[in-house]
Amino acid sequence: MIKRCIAWSVVGAAAAWLIGCATAPSDAETSAKAAQVMKASFNARGQAGLDRLDQDETQKVCTEYKAKAPPKDVAEKIEKQNLALIKWPADGRYTGDWKNGERIAQEGRGMQYSDDPKGPVGANCYACHQLSPQELSYGTIGPPLYQFGKVRGYNDDTRKYAYGKIYNAEAYNACSNMPRFGHMKVLTEAQIKDLVALLTDPESPVNR
Amino acid sequence: MKTSRGHRAARFAMAAFVVALAATAFGQSNTADEIAKYRAALQDGNPAELWEARGEAMWKEPRGPAKVSLAKCDLGLGPGVVKGAYAQMPRYFADADRVMDLETRIVWCMVKLQGYTEADARKNPFGAGNERKADMEAFVAYVTSESRGVKMNVPQSHPKEREAYALGEKMFYFRGGTHDFDCATCHGEDGKRIRLQDLPNLTNKAGAQKAYTTWPAYRVSQGELRSFQWRLNDCFRQQRFPELVFGSDASIDLTTFLAVNANGAAFDAPAIKR
Repeated sequence: MIKRCIAWSVVGAAAAWLIGCATAPSDAETSAKAAQVMKASFNARGQAGLDRLDQDETQKVCTEYKAKAPPKDVAEKIEKQNLALIKWPADGRYTGDWKNGERIAQEGRGMQYSDDPKGPVGANCYACHQLSPQELSYGTIGPPLYQFGKVRGYNDDTRKYAYGKIYNAEAYNACSNMPRFGHMKVLTEAQIKDLVALLTDPESPVNR
Repeated sequence: MKTSRGHRAARFAMAAFVVALAATAFGQSNTADEIAKYRAALQDGNPAELWEARGEAMWKEPRGPAKVSLAKCDLGLGPGVVKGAYAQMPRYFADADRVMDLETRIVWCMVKLQGYTEADARKNPFGAGNERKADMEAFVAYVTSESRGVKMNVPQSHPKEREAYALGEKMFYFRGGTHDFDCATCHGEDGKRIRLQDLPNLTNKAGAQKAYTTWPAYRVSQGELRSFQWRLNDCFRQQRFPELVFGSDASIDLTTFLAVNANGAAFDAPAIKR
């Protein structure tokens, strides 16, 4: 919009410039105003402070692309930035206890202002993914993960990928719907390992 | 969650239903069929009528410091016209020089006509079953019921109405919080679910129409009539955002975006939902 306005003024159509620029705010101006109005429209409550409306670079860029996949170069930049932010386990082990993992995958509480800040924090994987076949109440926003380990192989590459994906999904798929559980400190390293076990342990119901 | 005595039976029935499902281990398609049957059964007799009746009585009753009724409240179609008004809201009101949704306009009328303070008119916007009734939800039930069957025709002629839509669209895609969620995370694709709950796709016309025209709604699981302001408020809670302020500018902008997208469809609420 600004560029077009300048072009118009250059060719001397001053009237069009005035009309065009006086009435329609640019897309960037609308975005900035929307963020400003958002800030003024929320109250801090419980554990959810107003800082949750401060977008980081990834959130800002993904907002701009309105839930659509960004162009390849933009996507690669987001993925590279986020990959560099993953904190891998110091002991080099990516997996834990699948039984704990199942509990974490079921747990929907955590991080909402209505939740006890000292209470349990889960990943609520079943909200979006099919995992253990015994659980019929699963959502479909994400792909089914039934037989994840069986299909991908019970090896370190699969486990490292699962750990990284849960820690920071934006490192693998820019503007993914999936939260960055490790990066945003929603889950601990131990919890992520337990979820990796749920996905990649041959004994886990996910792979039975 | 607090439980209202009057609706324990309904909730118990639902719990028993869920247990029955798990026990018999239906396949996924059977589960969906059974839930569809449960939803169909809900349509017989909607307790929202109780809120509508209470709201209508209160609307016509002299109340507040000025002891006048809301009968002269202008909801956009002229003072006293309730029929069809909600199908054209949110809209620009010249007397307030801003775009208002229904709830904000009711607050305006309570202040200007009935003499309430702004704070008094805004307090307790969302009830809690029999434990705590909210006048606002009763007013909303009454006014919206007077638009049942009316075609949605939310105006976009005033520049401030167009600005509200444009800002609301931006807010719909605003990603933030600990989980990176925006509205589109859950409401951006067809045929998606959270657990077993179907999610409307609000980014296409048919999805926006079906969802918007069925709010407000009586929520069986909560024993409460829920307004659109509540719907937005509770979505943001689940998004892990801070609390959306009742009647805030963002709430009106988002409502404008969604209501305009529903234009052309017949309004069909208060509805009844799980």
